[in-house]
Amino acid sequence: MPPESATQQRADVIHNIGYRHYDGPRLGRAYARRSLFSQSLRGAYGLGRSAKSKVAPMLLAAVMCVPALIIVAVAVTTKANELPVEYTRYAIIMQAVIGLYTAAQAPQSVSRDLRFKTIPLYFSRPIEAADYVTAKFAAMASALFALTGAPLVILYVGALLAKLDFADQTKAFAQGLVSVLLLSLLFAGISLVIAALTPRRGFGVAAVIAVLTISYGAVSTLQAIAWDQNNTDAVSWIGLFSPITIIDGVQTAFLGAESAYPGGFGPGTGAGLVFLLVLLGLIAGSYGLLLRRYRKVGL
Amino acid sequence: MSSLYHPTVARLTYRALLGRRRALILFSLPGLLLVIAVAVRALSGADDQTADAVLGGFALATMVPLIGVIAGTGAIGPEIDDGSVVYLLAKPVKRPTIIFTKFIVATGVTVVFSALPTLLAGYILNGNGQQLAVAYAVAATVASITYGAMFLLLGTITRHAVIVGLVYALVWESLFGSLVGGARDLSVQQWSLALAQKVADNGAVTSEVGLPAAVLLLLAVTVAATWYAGRKLRTLTLAGEE
Repeated sequence: MPPESATQQRADVIHNIGYRHYDGPRLGRAYARRSLFSQSLRGAYGLGRSAKSKVAPMLLAAVMCVPALIIVAVAVTTKANELPVEYTRYAIIMQAVIGLYTAAQAPQSVSRDLRFKTIPLYFSRPIEAADYVTAKFAAMASALFALTGAPLVILYVGALLAKLDFADQTKAFAQGLVSVLLLSLLFAGISLVIAALTPRRGFGVAAVIAVLTISYGAVSTLQAIAWDQNNTDAVSWIGLFSPITIIDGVQTAFLGAESAYPGGFGPGTGAGLVFLLVLLGLIAGSYGLLLRRYRKVGL
Repeated sequence: MSSLYHPTVARLTYRALLGRRRALILFSLPGLLLVIAVAVRALSGADDQTADAVLGGFALATMVPLIGVIAGTGAIGPEIDDGSVVYLLAKPVKRPTIIFTKFIVATGVTVVFSALPTLLAGYILNGNGQQLAVAYAVAATVASITYGAMFLLLGTITRHAVIVGLVYALVWESLFGSLVGGARDLSVQQWSLALAQKVADNGAVTSEVGLPAAVLLLLAVTVAATWYAGRKLRTLTLAGEE
């Protein structure tokens, strides 16, 4: 063989190092979205992450459940006629713990993707911005629902063990579950919107807690003042300005809860509609804001 | 003093604290306090009890600790978090000097963003009746100093400084403080209220702690936290992101 043709033959051989095309089944968008959801949900409880990052969520989850266990134990031993704490009231009492959990986990779910610039890698896969947002939103809301729903389940089981009225308890339990579901969606939406703005985890934590606590602190201070002046209308309307008091208002109006507002002056059905609209608007709005935030892939 | 205060470190810390978005949250909290003060004054007129409720319940109990957490941990936390603190530590500047400078800046920022608005809000609410505005501003100032030192120390100890600081500020001071009497003795808020009690007219403000004990505890915690943070920075280990 002449030397020229030999080099020509080898020219394409150099680059062929035996890679093969993948021609198996492709799992597609839905699968990627599901994986992102389950990974984020596990991550919210520190599963699949280091032991150190399991401490905070597990501790907060335990703190959420222990009072419920105590309440149940008391109810069973004293043979009470009803649980000392309503299902709908439980989350309101434990709001500091829920707030801390939200503040700790929402930034770890989205901030690090921004900080380590993994967002473009996600979007180089089949998933799109809407899938990412939906998966993260659903994961955060599910994590919060597990956190707030578990103590209610404990209360319900305890109430049945204490032989309280089955129909009453089941109805109240269902109302409690609806209320914490709304609470989970609202908190997840607000916290993710804030956390998605900053790549710094610590700052995201502070910002989320600031929005949740400061608004509640301001609202409860103003409500106390309005109540002092016997302005009961103002007490209920001021409740519109912080997440937890919105939930309180909605469950007072529609879910048979007793309001935790000063003097128990929650909104009636008419005002409750406004509360419900604001609540749904906030959830939808935060989803929309997240979509807008992730529209640019490079960020 | 000159050996304890380093202007360049101060400038860097100051800029890190008041960077674009961080400043937003720092500005919004005092802004909210002033809006509430104006709204309350417009709705209910000047009233000492209302002023006490807003200043004590919202300004001192919620706003000051939050700004303290943001400024205190923000002064050093992010640097340790992203590892850029090694460049600072590699410079021939003493570790206690770095800590002391950051402490001064964090405290200054907290005072400006919490004590001044408290004073203003007090004047808006009831025109400094019963010396309430001044009393709560003094309390906010001393509380800012101690919070600054404490949360700066937290920033050097743990990567989850913000969360730990918030747990202290929210769960310990407000939740346990209202349930367990003993927790109230060990709370920066009550110590600073002791000073407010001294400044305000008789009986306008009450604190759980006596004045001498409060001053002593405030000083002790501030000095000890700053000193220990300096020591801690000498043996700092940088951990990777988990």
